[in-house]
Amino acid sequence: MSPIGVDEWVARSGERRDDGSGWRKLLARADARVGWWQRLALVTLVGLVAGQLLSNVNVQTVAFNSLLYALLALGLNIAVGWAGLLDLGYIAFFGFGAYGYAVFSSTALGSDGSGGAHLAAIESIPIVVVAAGVFGVIIGLIALRLSGDYLAIVTLFVGQAFMEVVNNVDPGTLGGVNGLFGLDPLHSFGGRVESPLGFYYLALILVVVLAGILHLLDTSRTGRAWRALRDDELAASAMTVPVNKLKVMAFSFGAMVGALGGTVFAAEQTSVFPTNFTENILILIYACLVLGGVGSIAGAILGGLVVTIGEQMLSSPHDAGYLFYGLILIALVTRIRPWRKLAVVLGGVVGFGFAAHAIVGAISSAAVAGSPGSGGFIGSAVGDYVIVPGNPATYGNILYVVLICALIVVVRLHGTRRLLAVIPTVYIAACCWESRLIVNPAITTQIMIGAILIVTMAARPEGLLGKRRVETVL
Amino acid sequence: MQEFIQTIVNGLTTGCLYALIALGYTMVYGVLKLLNFAHGDVYMVGAYIGYFVIRWFGGPAALTIPVPLLLLIMFALASAGCGLLGMAMERFAYRPLRDAPRIAPLITALGISFVLENTILLLFGGFTRSYQTPSFIPFSTGIHWGALRIDVVQIMILAVSVVMMLGLRALVNRTTLGKSMRAVASDREAAEMLGINVNRTISLTFLIGSAMAGVAGVMSGLAFNQISNTIGFLAGLKAFTAAVVGGIGSIPGAMIGGIFIGLCESFSLSYISTEYSDLIVFGILIATMLIRPQGIFGQPPLQKV
Repeated sequence: MSPIGVDEWVARSGERRDDGSGWRKLLARADARVGWWQRLALVTLVGLVAGQLLSNVNVQTVAFNSLLYALLALGLNIAVGWAGLLDLGYIAFFGFGAYGYAVFSSTALGSDGSGGAHLAAIESIPIVVVAAGVFGVIIGLIALRLSGDYLAIVTLFVGQAFMEVVNNVDPGTLGGVNGLFGLDPLHSFGGRVESPLGFYYLALILVVVLAGILHLLDTSRTGRAWRALRDDELAASAMTVPVNKLKVMAFSFGAMVGALGGTVFAAEQTSVFPTNFTENILILIYACLVLGGVGSIAGAILGGLVVTIGEQMLSSPHDAGYLFYGLILIALVTRIRPWRKLAVVLGGVVGFGFAAHAIVGAISSAAVAGSPGSGGFIGSAVGDYVIVPGNPATYGNILYVVLICALIVVVRLHGTRRLLAVIPTVYIAACCWESRLIVNPAITTQIMIGAILIVTMAARPEGLLGKRRVETVL
Repeated sequence: MQEFIQTIVNGLTTGCLYALIALGYTMVYGVLKLLNFAHGDVYMVGAYIGYFVIRWFGGPAALTIPVPLLLLIMFALASAGCGLLGMAMERFAYRPLRDAPRIAPLITALGISFVLENTILLLFGGFTRSYQTPSFIPFSTGIHWGALRIDVVQIMILAVSVVMMLGLRALVNRTTLGKSMRAVASDREAAEMLGINVNRTISLTFLIGSAMAGVAGVMSGLAFNQISNTIGFLAGLKAFTAAVVGGIGSIPGAMIGGIFIGLCESFSLSYISTEYSDLIVFGILIATMLIRPQGIFGQPPLQKV
């Protein structure tokens, strides 16, 4: 609510002054000058150079996956970010693409395990993508009847229905719970893409081309109409924006990009299983988009890279510790100013930890008998510091609940009290991490992905690269 | 004929459970215009609380207290635990987003649902746990009439649900809290100007809705015997369908809708196909949306400019 009687220019003078200084201002100025195609060229160049540097096959696969999720986030952004339709059935489009490609590139359409379509990619991918567009139109037509929240749940049901269909309908063709495997390698015009590096370059090309197309779409009449629709549907329709047509279009375009991602996914994996298209993957794609910034092309790509690489790091016990402690340190350094307070907090955490360890160790030596979950440098560094008892699972569970309560307390407090509360919280986080979270990296990853959604929405709804959006609340 | 009656009884039992979850959805939607995706997971947490109460009192085979007392404690703890969970969710996750764009709390709700599901996975493992109801409520109890079997658990579910629904109805229609809930639902700003404590009302709405979901979780554990950390998702979806069929925001609508969905599911299980019963529920949702989007009891929404 803006105060009455304040001139807008005067009110914003502070904002102009805070516009930035030093390198931040320079960066902003450079950002304003560089055109979109120059950025795209830069991204392509970086991608190609990075491709040359990726020597390890595992790293190449991670690179491919991060680009795949960037692609999927770009597609999701069309409906969610631009048109403002919360599409929770996006996973069905992704699965549709993957299954479509799998059916056309395997023995699924033949009889008795032989024959089948075995189409070249140049034929099957366009067929599947166009079919997905039609599928999107159908879902979009249903969506027309629904306002925002209903739409979300119906699309969520679409995702669930897709799982039921691939699990139960025609196991001969779709493979049922066993999925389809042994797909042809991606081939066209006599060439093949088989290596992870090849798929990385393919995904890079797709992401770059798609980002270019989407940028043109975003700045076109259609893109502006989508945003008008998102911000106020009633006003948009009063301004003769064809609301219904645009909603269906957004769904359909999103479905096509999702299906494209699906085809590439199936080709790289050379198999598809119903479990590839669960709610978890949907949340992962949402985390990419939300973290990067809903409504921003660059944000979707960045989110895809950050979330996938983060997920990968979490799943390896060696890297996970660096990611975890690094994130805590970054959060402390960026949030606590000036540096004197920061020094107090960091010193406090170290002191608190050693004191707690000494006290607990003096009371019962069994309570500190366990060794931390992290190995390597981190493990030896925190070994005499965090409390890890002989049976870390039960203790870790309790600590996890305590940690969540402590986080809530920290969020609620302000000023000096918050600083003081941060000290034990960081220590509890470290203890919980070493005794429980790192032991089950898969579950920890899922919790972190869910937390990305909650924390981003609460702390920075525009994500990393998005622009803050003001909505009129009726 | 007996199979037919059996199907109806089964449908009524599951329907009552859906109705109890749907009430939470519909109440929260009423006061906040928010779809709380995490509501299904609150139900799942309730089922786990009930399970650990049984374990605490000696396990299903060797209970140290009488069964009615056990049930009472299960219901009390599950409703208290889930109620507090719901209140905490509202206080810390949804309240800061009250004036944010509509899409923000929905994404938060998605995140909460995911975090809850995986927290239970981390704490208690991913395997299915069983209440083993038959070891303390034997099969021989209940009404037997030829092939027709109505368990004590089913009778209890029907009775508890009816009592809770009547109680809720009285609460909403007769008490001051109910009055303020209706006021907040129809216009939050106006209610605030008239001196109604909106935050408190919304908090209590979450408390009541989540407590009912917790009780439903315990009863589903007793009736179906199996709980896991993923049961909340599908139950939540179906309960939401029930709320929509009845007319979202309408309390009698949620009850009727829940029972309707339960009956549809039970009839499709016995007469059509087991695999597609979920798809049939989905079809009902789509059909409702297309034919009568405001549901059975809902009023067509007015668009404010």
